[in-house]
Amino acid sequence: MGNNETRGMTVIVKTITRLTLGFILLYGIYITLNGHVSPGGGFAGGVIIALAFMHIMLAFGKEEALKRLRVSRLRILAGAGALIFLILAVRPCGFIDYSVALPLCEMAVVGFGIFAIFTALVLISKTGKYKED
Amino acid sequence: MTEIHVLLLFMIAAAVIAVEAKDLMSSVISVGAVGIGLSIAFLVLKAPDLAIMQLVVEIVSLVILIRATARSDIPFSASGRWAFNTSATIFFLAVFLASAYLVLKDLPPFGSPIMGISTAYIEEALAHGGASNVVASVTLKYRLLDTLGEMTVLFTAVVGILALARKGRQGKEGGYGK
Amino acid sequence: MSEYMLCLVLFSVGLYCVLRKRNIIKIIIGIGIMDYAANLFFVLIGYRDQGRAPVFAQDQAIRNMVDPLPQAVVLTSIVIGLAMTLLLVAVAIRIYEKYETFDITKINKLKG
Repeated sequence: MGNNETRGMTVIVKTITRLTLGFILLYGIYITLNGHVSPGGGFAGGVIIALAFMHIMLAFGKEEALKRLRVSRLRILAGAGALIFLILAVRPCGFIDYSVALPLCEMAVVGFGIFAIFTALVLISKTGKYKED
Repeated sequence: MTEIHVLLLFMIAAAVIAVEAKDLMSSVISVGAVGIGLSIAFLVLKAPDLAIMQLVVEIVSLVILIRATARSDIPFSASGRWAFNTSATIFFLAVFLASAYLVLKDLPPFGSPIMGISTAYIEEALAHGGASNVVASVTLKYRLLDTLGEMTVLFTAVVGILALARKGRQGKEGGYGK
Repeated sequence: MSEYMLCLVLFSVGLYCVLRKRNIIKIIIGIGIMDYAANLFFVLIGYRDQGRAPVFAQDQAIRNMVDPLPQAVVLTSIVIGLAMTLLLVAVAIRIYEKYETFDITKINKLKG
């Protein structure tokens, strides 16, 4: 898979990605926010959002995708989500609606965290030359 | 209940193919088949939350495994004490299954669970749970600390992989960002 | 009873793969199969004959739900299994960069 990483896939795949990306993100947010009524919850929604970002990276190639989605910002959001979840879980707050805040924190950590992992794995698996020790 | 038996036999067949295939891409795809069969099994066992979760997690694992395995398997070599190793493993697995059978005879039969705590959870969730989905109210209200532990594990994995992907020794090319 | 035994047969297929294969990716696949079998076993324990899914709906009885506690526990376990697979694949890629092989009998240099 030498140069396909940087160029991405064919025009058909790019067009379909542009059309369906909004629906995938919407579906992920829907499953997160409706977790207390129908099956789903924060974790499943977060993984679906991570899949949407991975879809962008696979279809458009890694350089163009990394220009649009700054991974450093996503890492900060994931860390903030984890911190807020810790505070809310240990110390009950009366005025925050738990059935919305907790799934959103889970979605942030899971979604952005898994996409950050995928980016890291893409960037380390094709770097440099493989030298004998 | 025959649907469960059919699904379990399908999963065992796909797992055996995954273990024995010579080409790594075939075995990764067979593991995908095991995962999707598991998702259907969760649906038949009346656990829709888990079916959604297992399906999307399976897709992420498949994508990441396929990225790592663009190469073929190591050819089989009957070197060293192959016969002894294989027969010892099979003997150990037979002993494991036999003792598992002796232990599992004491469980309640399939289809009638001992719902000790769960009856209390269901009635509490009906009265002041705040959510219609009992599994969501159990994970977010009655067992919130378990969910906190799960987030900790996932966050640790994220931090660990981002740390693995940095530059290695000095002069070694590559790394993650910066 | 036969369902539990088939589930444990699936677990032992995964265990055989971890014990006997030389390729790191096959070992990761074996660990994944063991993970699936363990989660399935949990959910099998909590199943009720003619039960219904654990969601409250209007004018439906609550006496015949399947057990929601193993399902909450397995939800956590699936996410942890994902984290484990991701970490193993990252370590395997790093090992390939250093040794240029996935064969575990050739990875025997401890320094560096």
